[in-house]
Amino acid sequence: MTEAGRTVVIGAGHNGLVAAAYLARAGRRVVVLEAAGHVGGAAVTREFAPRFKVSSVAHLAHLLDPSIVRELDLGRHGLVFARETLRTVALDAEGEALVLDGDRIVAGPVAAGDRAAYAAFIGRMRRFAGLLGRQHRRVPPRLAWQSWTEALPAAALGLAIRRLGREDMREFLRIVTMPIYDVLEESFESPLLKGAIALDAVLGTRLGARSGNTVFSYLHRLSGAAYGAARGPALPRGGVGAVTDALAAAARLAGAEIRLACPVAAIVVAGDRAAGVRLEDGEFVDADTVVSSADPKTTLLGLLGARHLETEFAQRIHHLRTTGTAAKLHLALAELPAFRGVAAEHAGERLVISPSATYADEAFNPAKYRRYSEQPVLEITLPTVHDATLAPAGQHVLSAIVQYAPRDLDGGWDAARGPFRELLLALLERHAPGIRGQVLAAELLTPADIERDYRISGGHWHHAELTIDQALMLRPVPGAAQYAMPLAGLYLCGAGCHPGGGLIGAAGRNAARVIVEGGA
Amino acid sequence: MRAPREHHRQVVRCTPFHSRTSRANVLNLWHRWRDHTVADAYFDVSLEYTALRNSCAVFDLSPMTKHRVTGPDALAFLNRLVTRDVAKIRPGRVGYCVWCDDRGQVIDDGTIFRLEENVFRLCSQERQLDWLSRSALGFDVAIREETEEVAALALQGPTSAAVLKALGLAGVEALRPFAMRGFPFAGGELLVSRTGFTGDLGYELWIAPERAEALWDRLFEAGELYGIKPMGTHALEMSRIEAGFIQAGVDFLPADRAVRADRTRSPFELGLDWLVDFNKPNFTGRRSLLEEQRRGSRYRLVRLDVEGNKPAKDAYVYDDRRNVIGAVTSSMWSPMAKASIALASVARPWGRPGDELWAEIYYQKELKWNRLNARCRVVEGAFYAPERRQATPPPDR
Repeated sequence: MTEAGRTVVIGAGHNGLVAAAYLARAGRRVVVLEAAGHVGGAAVTREFAPRFKVSSVAHLAHLLDPSIVRELDLGRHGLVFARETLRTVALDAEGEALVLDGDRIVAGPVAAGDRAAYAAFIGRMRRFAGLLGRQHRRVPPRLAWQSWTEALPAAALGLAIRRLGREDMREFLRIVTMPIYDVLEESFESPLLKGAIALDAVLGTRLGARSGNTVFSYLHRLSGAAYGAARGPALPRGGVGAVTDALAAAARLAGAEIRLACPVAAIVVAGDRAAGVRLEDGEFVDADTVVSSADPKTTLLGLLGARHLETEFAQRIHHLRTTGTAAKLHLALAELPAFRGVAAEHAGERLVISPSATYADEAFNPAKYRRYSEQPVLEITLPTVHDATLAPAGQHVLSAIVQYAPRDLDGGWDAARGPFRELLLALLERHAPGIRGQVLAAELLTPADIERDYRISGGHWHHAELTIDQALMLRPVPGAAQYAMPLAGLYLCGAGCHPGGGLIGAAGRNAARVIVEGGA
Repeated sequence: MRAPREHHRQVVRCTPFHSRTSRANVLNLWHRWRDHTVADAYFDVSLEYTALRNSCAVFDLSPMTKHRVTGPDALAFLNRLVTRDVAKIRPGRVGYCVWCDDRGQVIDDGTIFRLEENVFRLCSQERQLDWLSRSALGFDVAIREETEEVAALALQGPTSAAVLKALGLAGVEALRPFAMRGFPFAGGELLVSRTGFTGDLGYELWIAPERAEALWDRLFEAGELYGIKPMGTHALEMSRIEAGFIQAGVDFLPADRAVRADRTRSPFELGLDWLVDFNKPNFTGRRSLLEEQRRGSRYRLVRLDVEGNKPAKDAYVYDDRRNVIGAVTSSMWSPMAKASIALASVARPWGRPGDELWAEIYYQKELKWNRLNARCRVVEGAFYAPERRQATPPPDR
């Protein structure tokens, strides 16, 4: 690289900012180009109604890598957690509630044996998740069988599985591709408990509880403990936008320039390498390294174009599964809603509506056929219980992830948005009688809205479905899991890379490391 | 509602020339080529071959897979597909080409006819619509297989230009090798390209199926005094080996059909270095081929002049220390070269021009098997390359 060479980072989401900060700290001349008028990407706090703010897409941070927080000194840049470890309160139709706190069942209707079984289950799952979590900070191994030295990292992964011990290894290999449903049936009796765990296994995916790979996605959610992330869902003060605001401050301090409202129209190619980007207003920003935190399809098929790739590689990107099914519901509320069965002290915990594993699976069925769930699953937070900065005093914000709302809805979302929002309000009303009367403003973001507003293919949180065939050294596609893309000078650093989405930041840092070490 | 497709009722079809080829095929020898019935030989393989090299011969190549590639991105699409620079094939010209998978392994070879600025015909040995369609992602291009819509004859041999002139194609002699032009014919157009698979002077004639029989008839009328004969695939096969041309599925395994990764070949390993243009910033296989160029290739396709008169059919090839280094893929006794000749794939570093190798030949005499270790010399270029194939205008005989 020439000394004058510039590194362009596309997108000021958390991974783009992490990459920018680390690259700038390594001495690179970094310019971040963000399409929106603010930083954050899908980790952003937004005023969705006058004086009501909400974490607009991602609404909890529980996988954020604490070493990134430490190294970039995000605390000094304003990152404070309003609440580190939310409990989970599972609601059922009868108005009963089950309360989970870390490894324990605290309260609720649960079969006698399930308390001990849950502690054992969570313990084992955390060990398995630790195996995945320890991979997050690593650049995935190449599957280059011509060379045994290149295969060593792959062997190390195998060894890590072996180190689980005979019994755990066998169990890990047995269940890692399984549907969460079957594992839950083996482990527990209480429907509400099974439903709550099933929700965590399907959240953000296009999978139902009976789909393969849901144990894997559950393990991904638990993977943070391996590297010291919060052991449960956490609420940054000021919403998740506080994370990206702090990252932006850290990146700027390191010397990165962040340009807002600069949507990139195309990655410019000169000869056989990336030479910069062209903005939508026509401006050319030259660079010898282009790092995209946009999703793989947007980056490679949209901004770059398949013609600059080889046929099979372009096809692999084309066939990435990226259909999002998670919608966001935001309510501005005149007062704190009272959910049936939820004690006052638990009002601000993470509330989930997924009363059984069967429910969580049946909720998915319509999505397969491009319809939305008549009985959806919800993950609800009321961040204002812990964080007064988000709403006027005494008033509240409800933020819920709602599944399933497929991006490819039959007939499109324009006509369906109203009926689906009504359906959700009716469902909430059953669980929190009177809530409808408290609603001052409501907003529903469908995956189609997320795709458009946040420029994410399919509106998928993870940029690409996070399943074993699209994970680790297969993410985003085989042969491109080391952040460098086939076009020289072009890198991916977003959730579409290992280790995927979930507000971790590791993809951005791994990519920066590859770029710095590669000297590209 | 689409009309029901009845194509499955007739699996093997006849070519548009079948009424004529079946009459000419007194041996009644046929085989199946891309689901079409074509003649192995018509009356005598040796005489058909002799006609090709001494007067002229007609080969029905209608089953050749043909695709029409059109649209604003047609050139960009083809340039990303094949390894050579298609921009250098001007309208009215034809170019030989190969295309590879991402690993730089050859999927197929064929010819690109640039009919107009943005209209191309791509002929291939194998069916390629699937690969072409997958390669079209991101290009504004329309791709259609037009095999059934175009009938084609190859007219090859020293009197072929004279026959076309006698047919009334004024100015055909001005066509240079790999050039083409249209002529009015029977109320339509006859496209004539100076191309072929025989290494001889010759032309390929492309016409709408409904005018196919008229073309056959008038061609044989015009050629009567020029020794025109029909020629089957056996005679064509002899001529293509003499010309040193390779054939998919015979001299290399199409990469998309290979199960074992080491059975495929790159363009460098087929002696097609001249078709690979790294000045193009992107084409499928480029990265792997650059890497291969840096690292070195594994194999080399060689043309062998085999001592003695026995064809080295399927022979193992040895180095001078009796190690097996490869195998023969095509072989014959060449009447023109007066030699046993072969194409073989050998492991590098063997196969340099002038290298002395050995072929283990098995042959039968009256049901008794004999084994022969024949010395082979690696030769460069075609085994038979008459000057007339390049001459413009070509000699009349």
